Amino acid sequence: MSEQTATAPAERINLLKVLGPVHVWALGVGIVLVGEYMGWNFSVGKGGAYGSLIACWFIGLLYTCVAMIDSEVTSTVAAAGGQYAQAKHIVGPLMAFNVGLYLVLAYTMLEAADALVVGDLLAIVAGQFGHPDLDPKPFVVLTIASLAWLNYRGVFMTLTVNFIITAVAFIALVVMFFWTQPWNPGAVLLHEKLLTDLPYGWIGVIAALQFGMWYYLGIEGTCQAAEEVRSAGRSIPLGTMSGMITLLIAATITWYMAAGLLPWEYLGQAGVPMYDAAQMTGSPTLMVLLFIGTIFSAIASANGCINDASRSWFSMGRDRYLPIWFAAVHPRYRTPYRAIIFLIPVAVAFGFTGLLDQVITFSILSGLLGYTFMSLNMMKFRKSWPLDSIKRGYVHPFHPLPALSLLILCGATYFATFLGYGASLLAIMGFYIIASVWFHFHRYKYVRRADQFTMPWPKPQGY
Amino acid sequence: MDFWDILSYSAWIISAGLLLWMLMDAIRINREYDEDLLISSREGADELLEADEKGGRS
Repeated sequence: MSEQTATAPAERINLLKVLGPVHVWALGVGIVLVGEYMGWNFSVGKGGAYGSLIACWFIGLLYTCVAMIDSEVTSTVAAAGGQYAQAKHIVGPLMAFNVGLYLVLAYTMLEAADALVVGDLLAIVAGQFGHPDLDPKPFVVLTIASLAWLNYRGVFMTLTVNFIITAVAFIALVVMFFWTQPWNPGAVLLHEKLLTDLPYGWIGVIAALQFGMWYYLGIEGTCQAAEEVRSAGRSIPLGTMSGMITLLIAATITWYMAAGLLPWEYLGQAGVPMYDAAQMTGSPTLMVLLFIGTIFSAIASANGCINDASRSWFSMGRDRYLPIWFAAVHPRYRTPYRAIIFLIPVAVAFGFTGLLDQVITFSILSGLLGYTFMSLNMMKFRKSWPLDSIKRGYVHPFHPLPALSLLILCGATYFATFLGYGASLLAIMGFYIIASVWFHFHRYKYVRRADQFTMPWPKPQGY
Repeated sequence: MDFWDILSYSAWIISAGLLLWMLMDAIRINREYDEDLLISSREGADELLEADEKGGRS
């Protein structure tokens, strides 16, 4: 009992505002880029190579809407929790609770899946070096523990590391793109021989939409940094939009290289398609580079996910949607340390299931539910707080077109998900309905209703 | 015991060390600081926009 006795009661410990647009970019692209290295290619299995390209751009439009909407709203809500904080201020507590839960589960499961990828890749390498039965579990735990430790020690170093490893993973893709000589068709890339018509017609293209989300899933995580950037009004829009541009480029060149090196029948079920594509070039240097890129992208994704899940959990605790004990900030490192520690066993438990497919499906569906809310949220935001009522760091163009487009695109993606994972979709919706009932009838009585709204906003129009 | 076995045991040991370090640090912080101070954070506002407003810029 030394330091606290000397502090004045009015003193507060807040999260540290040390991040810039580069860190926001690293957070968003870092979470997503692993989807370029693996996962997106399952869309090829559903709709063929061209079907995957259509899904890539169609879902790219969905995420561009997400990025624009997020940038505008977050430039006014400089709060950790991202979409959770937005929902709380704009729609209401029940929506906020659900969105917070989507975020925590989506990011924690994605983190577990990333750690599983690291463990599985090391097991494959061990197999190639004469140790065929390496248990991936210690490496899954090491990945989660070391990244949680990094997050615990401070956000600046966490996202600086993320920037470096994400940049390396992105550069690996760009190097491979130029290596394959896209200006010289037929030299390395064999599109003329490998590309076919849509193998399952347009219904296959619809089915491909679900896996098309892998190209961009997680870019919305940038707004979790809103409370820790030096200027949310400028840094969040800049980091998010530049991240989205990076991903559109990465997604397109990834498809172009893989579709020109591997037949769609193989590509549609490959575990590590970009590493396989590098093997097809016959270049050992590229193989090493793409292996490093794959590992780095998985680590960057897990790192960003720990950051985002802990901020959501912390924010929900701060508003007493969860026990306020989780709202503690470390007095030295200025991180939500209890939320970070609490989510470690949750991620390890998901990781130990080994059910990569189910874990990822739950994560994607949780994300999709969140995007659906965002379109409704945006329309209510502009109606309740018109442009001249709150100062925004960024105003997205063509409103309400992006919000409506997002709603329609989400509807199409739900249909695609229902085609492939109908039972999972219904089970997940059932889970969230039960959680909502628990929140409404049990948890909400602990919430101090006035305390949760601390942003200096005017009253909404029509209040 | 080959290289990969040693690597696996090392991964377990390092993980346990990191987790233990975080737990010990969290317990120490919980003891040294008042709970009200630890949970005192509030949603932030964008200080740059506030500065703009104070400066009279729109």
